[in-house]
Amino acid sequence: MIVAPALQVEHLSVEFRTRSGIVKALDNVSFAVGKGETLALVGESGSGKSVTAYAIMGILDPAGRVTGGKAMLGALDLLHATPDEIGKVRGREIAMIFQNPRTALNPIRPVGRQIADVLLRHADVTRREAPARAIELLRAVGITDPARRAKAYPFEMSGGMCQRVMIAIALAAKPSLLIADEPTTGLDVTTQAVIMDLIGELAAEIGMATIFITHDLALAAQRAKHIAVMHAGHVVELAETQEMFAHPRHPYTAELIAATPDTAASLDQLASIPGSLPDLRRADLPPCRYSERCPRKLASCDQPLPVMPPENPHTVACWNPL
Amino acid sequence: MGSMLLKRVLAAIPSLIGVVIVTFLLTRALPGDPAAYFAGPAATKEAIEQIRATLGLDQPLIIQFFHYVVDLAHGDLGKSLTTGQPVAEEIRARLPASAELTLLGLIVSMAIAIPLGIMAATKPGSIIDHTCRIVTTAGVSLPVFFTGLILVYVFYYLLGWAPAPLGRLDVFYSAPPTVTGFYLIDSLIARDPETFVAALKQLILPALTLGIFSLAPIARMTRASMLSVLSSDFVRTARASGLAPYTVIVTYAFRNAMLPVITTLGMVFSFLLGANVLVEKVFAWPGIGSFAVEALIASDFAPVQGFVLTMAILYVALNLLIDVLYGLIDPRVRLEA
Ligand SMILES: Nc1ncnc2c1ncn2[C@@H]1O[C@H](COP(=O)(O)OP(=O)(O)OP(=O)(O)O)[C@@H](O)[C@H]1O
Ligand SMILES: [Mg+2]
Repeated sequence: MIVAPALQVEHLSVEFRTRSGIVKALDNVSFAVGKGETLALVGESGSGKSVTAYAIMGILDPAGRVTGGKAMLGALDLLHATPDEIGKVRGREIAMIFQNPRTALNPIRPVGRQIADVLLRHADVTRREAPARAIELLRAVGITDPARRAKAYPFEMSGGMCQRVMIAIALAAKPSLLIADEPTTGLDVTTQAVIMDLIGELAAEIGMATIFITHDLALAAQRAKHIAVMHAGHVVELAETQEMFAHPRHPYTAELIAATPDTAASLDQLASIPGSLPDLRRADLPPCRYSERCPRKLASCDQPLPVMPPENPHTVACWNPL
Repeated sequence: MGSMLLKRVLAAIPSLIGVVIVTFLLTRALPGDPAAYFAGPAATKEAIEQIRATLGLDQPLIIQFFHYVVDLAHGDLGKSLTTGQPVAEEIRARLPASAELTLLGLIVSMAIAIPLGIMAATKPGSIIDHTCRIVTTAGVSLPVFFTGLILVYVFYYLLGWAPAPLGRLDVFYSAPPTVTGFYLIDSLIARDPETFVAALKQLILPALTLGIFSLAPIARMTRASMLSVLSSDFVRTARASGLAPYTVIVTYAFRNAMLPVITTLGMVFSFLLGANVLVEKVFAWPGIGSFAVEALIASDFAPVQGFVLTMAILYVALNLLIDVLYGLIDPRVRLEA
């Protein structure tokens, strides 16, 4: 259980209106991340990890709509805040880094300028001071020769360096919460570890909470205090990392853990979990979206999922848990 | 950047040579006999032949071409048969009239189309978006001379707001001393606000006609390009880092969206050079378009050749300008060069 949450998400639901029907991308998603702690959101591709992050940041696609829930950052509900209120926290209190750092940066603006843009908006600096502060930030994320690099464009840098720049942008205003959406996808293995270490160190330095989104359960186990497992827009299980590995309760989590033999494997490479995610546009989605893949399915699984109180240290959305 | 420019200029030379050859052959292949036209309807066969000989038109094509190229190398574009004036001089006098009109038309249309396209893209499905769609469909379906005539009918004939569509200046004014040849600029240099206003009044309707003509492609390209940039990863990053909406849309999105818009502007500009011919006719504009049409009707070779060559050079210069703009906006282009 989390005593002092940096962010508390409750019953978040999101839909996308598309030509081929309404996609119920998130349903009743709840989790919290404590101040200075790391929570991992783990799940297969399409399970709704990015949509969760975008909903919190208020950067959903125009087709997407939050249909219910709250996301409390202190006393502010991010999902129902006015654009003005959101403007005051986005990039300042909560920041985000993305996968594919090379396309996530403006291709025709020097990276130093991109950092300076954020500083000018959020930090108390003048136009004249901003470039020097941007160079300082580049040094802080471990870029050598930062004064020269500040003038470079993203296409002149490696993926790992671009991700360092992204981190500098995200941390420019020293936020209290960072959402890292698969920050190491597309980077080589050594760079992956370096980037994760860098995020960990900087987070510890400024006491920042982190939501770490990944496919990789093993990586999540190394880095996060709590893990939330997502499946088809549901959080099926949420617990402390050790507890989750010692006593997985949801059948899906158990399958995932059993299927993660070593640290190198990511969920997408594992074919051992039978079935696939249900089509989220279906009108007859069952209450438990895992039930059609589930070996422990009961007749009672057709009723609405049990809702556990958020105080519970180990929540599981299942009628027949292990 | 400098070496890139030099390379582009050198690369344009073969196409200019091609233009010289093709225009020469084309004008010779056109129906109509300049000697007969020049001699007049009552002339005898012998008189026509004599004129043909003085014009050098009885010589083999290759010799005629040789003379043409030698003259061209001396900056001599020949003489107009109908007016007797040197073509180079006539083009020099008339080009600013066309250029002023075309540029103003382009500015009018950019000033409307670009903001319209941006707003349509930032609010898809809104009233602005629908307006943009209507404007772009209407814009392409109106022939340019028709728009011109309608504007003259409404604003001159019915409402009387605009002056008579009779050239660059009302007869009561005299042209400002020539510096650039653009009346708007020259009258400002001469500190003559009255002439400036008078010249502007004459320009409004024809420029608007050209503006309406080129509105559609610019607005459509701006909208499409903005839509694709707005859904790109780096705009999402800019939003997530809480930059002001203006910064996101203008500094981040629009600067990236500008590249295809600039290409479109180049294309539109060359369309406009063509549309000019009609608009100049409707508004009795003393530009090079009307000059070329009259020469064409009279089978007057030299002005037509001069006109096509001028257009080709303008076109090459325009493409150079676009390359330069591209390089200024996109660092990746600079690197390739
Ligand atoms: N703009 C959109 N329009 C329609 N459906 C969408 C949109 N964005 C996401 N979705 C749907 O929402 C669901 C969750 O997508 P999301 O991107 O959050 O998955 P993810 O867990 O981040 O996957 P990945 O690991 O591949 O990034 C998917 O079924 C997806 O099809
Ligand atoms: Mg994702």
